Amino acid sequence: MLFAAIISLTLLGTALGLLLGVAARYLKVEGNPLVAEIEQLLPGSQCGQCGYPGCTGAAQALADGGAAVTLCPPGGIALAQALAAKLGVDADLSGVEDKGPMIAEVKEEICIGCTRCFKICPTDAIMGAAQQIHVVFREACTACGKCVDVCPTESVTLQPIPVTLQSWYWNKPILGSAA
Amino acid sequence: MKLFDLKGGVHPEGKKNLSAERRIRALPLPKKLYVPMQQHIGAPAAPVVNVGDHVFKGQLIASAQGNVSAAVHAPTSGAITALGDHVAPHPSGLPVPTITLESDGKDEWCAIQGCEQPLELAAEEIAARVGAAGIVGLGGATFPSALKLNVSRGVQTLIMNGGECEPYLTCDDRIMRERAVEIVEGILLIARAVDAKKILVGIEDNKPEAIEAMQAAAQGTAVKVVTMPSMYPMGSEKQIIQVLTGLEVPAGGRPADIGVLVHNVATAFAVQQAIRYGKPLISRIVTVSGGAIKTACNVEALVGTPVQELIDFADGYVQPASRLVLGGPMMGQQFTNTNVPVVKGSSGVLALMTTEIGQSEASPCIRCSTCVRACPVGLLPLEMAAHIRAADLTGAVALGLKDCIACGSCSYVCPAHIPLVHFFNYAKGDLAAQERSKLKQEATKKLADARLERIARIERERAEAAARRKAAREAKERAAKEAAAKAAEEAV
Repeated sequence: MLFAAIISLTLLGTALGLLLGVAARYLKVEGNPLVAEIEQLLPGSQCGQCGYPGCTGAAQALADGGAAVTLCPPGGIALAQALAAKLGVDADLSGVEDKGPMIAEVKEEICIGCTRCFKICPTDAIMGAAQQIHVVFREACTACGKCVDVCPTESVTLQPIPVTLQSWYWNKPILGSAA
Repeated sequence: MKLFDLKGGVHPEGKKNLSAERRIRALPLPKKLYVPMQQHIGAPAAPVVNVGDHVFKGQLIASAQGNVSAAVHAPTSGAITALGDHVAPHPSGLPVPTITLESDGKDEWCAIQGCEQPLELAAEEIAARVGAAGIVGLGGATFPSALKLNVSRGVQTLIMNGGECEPYLTCDDRIMRERAVEIVEGILLIARAVDAKKILVGIEDNKPEAIEAMQAAAQGTAVKVVTMPSMYPMGSEKQIIQVLTGLEVPAGGRPADIGVLVHNVATAFAVQQAIRYGKPLISRIVTVSGGAIKTACNVEALVGTPVQELIDFADGYVQPASRLVLGGPMMGQQFTNTNVPVVKGSSGVLALMTTEIGQSEASPCIRCSTCVRACPVGLLPLEMAAHIRAADLTGAVALGLKDCIACGSCSYVCPAHIPLVHFFNYAKGDLAAQERSKLKQEATKKLADARLERIARIERERAEAAARRKAAREAKERAAKEAAAKAAEEAV
């Protein structure tokens, strides 16, 4: 009786162990799929403002739980909310200083045409040539700020995107303390 | 005809008697006209004239850009004095690209070509002419009419909206009373353009004269005039469909999905003018009313006329207005600068007194659910507003925020004066902004990827070129060495 139990448990253990071993080999997952999914959400401009080496590094840190969902300044509140939903955590948005969407702007009077900003721009949003005034394509600029850092004359600054009739909308109603 | 029930709705005081008996009068020609490039939903039109050009009345001054857009024509003859920004008839008060036209006082038409037998035109031809005339929905939504005709071809039912459920407004009432024959011809043209089987004109029962005039004009045609009970928002597209056909437009869908097309009666008039006489849309009927206006009236104003001229025409104010509204009091747009121009979608100019706007401080929601009973779409305004207040827009969308038609019935009935529809307008705007930023992010991500790829390719090509140079150099050296060795051999 005792032997029967030992034999059956041993067989069961061996069979299941083999099954798991085979499964581990053939159903292996390369890397953490979450990292790729998070990277899809990030801007991809590799600006490094979060302190990680590019968006892949930031995605890795987010997946490991080592970084807050509010780490990406160009992404703003919208990205923080998307990341929180993806990771299933509550986003603490109180710390996010959402200055609203920004874009880089070249002050033409002091641009010397050094080409540094257009060479470093991760999204090819700056157009220029040596000794020529540079300009920013609003639609392509993510306001990562890399150009601001390299500009030798402080001619590039980040400015809020001007509100147009197409982008304007009602502000949130503020109710008195009574309501 | 059997009418179907509509859930919700409110019964605000009509106040239509202020201007309902006033015949439509043409406004004297203004000196300066400010014609905005964006008077419709979609892409702004692009100017085709320059400063200093002389234009004739009805001449094209800005062409439609892309599919969803509408052309703009000169409202009178004169000189173009500026292409630049002017304050928009919009609650933001932001400037919009505008053509400034100084009238020469002659009001000379350009060469226009009408059509003797408009009802024999092909459907595509009617839509094309409607598009060329720059016609947009005159009920207030200002959707380009030609596009609406093109996407609705083959609908079962054409509904002409003569509801005019907004208080104060009488412009559609007057146009139906005074220009019924033209409207019916316009309706038949629209019906031909979409090949509609059934044509209904829905008019609220508070406009008996308009119903009578339309019935007389529709005698012997396929057009059927239907009397509907007066209720707000009966003149809303989805609601009028529900009352007349019993069908409901699916969430996120269009009336064409259920085989219905809705146009405003004033649009039918514009269509008739465009096709029979070749006249583009350059004027519209506007109701000037409100407690603060001395002589409420209905005027035919050229597009681009500053609102101040309309107020002056109505003998100015009896007392300072505490709120100015463009459109109706329920869904209209507030404005402060009376230099804003009348545009294609302006149905009314209202100067309201403090007693008429009933503004008071919001108090807490007691969950009385009056707003739920008032909502014509069957939503829960109190719940949606609570979610939006707590910054949970996703929760509000789950409750049907996107189906809200922003009619304002909930705000109107709320005993706590909570600005419910303001919450919904804010939330819809915020969601649209999020959507835009998401699209931008996807686009910039592609750019970033393309750049990385390009850098990698340049590196690779450089390395390959270096390798090729090296190989060539080595081959040359080898050849030289071999030649030297051969020479040495021969020398020996």
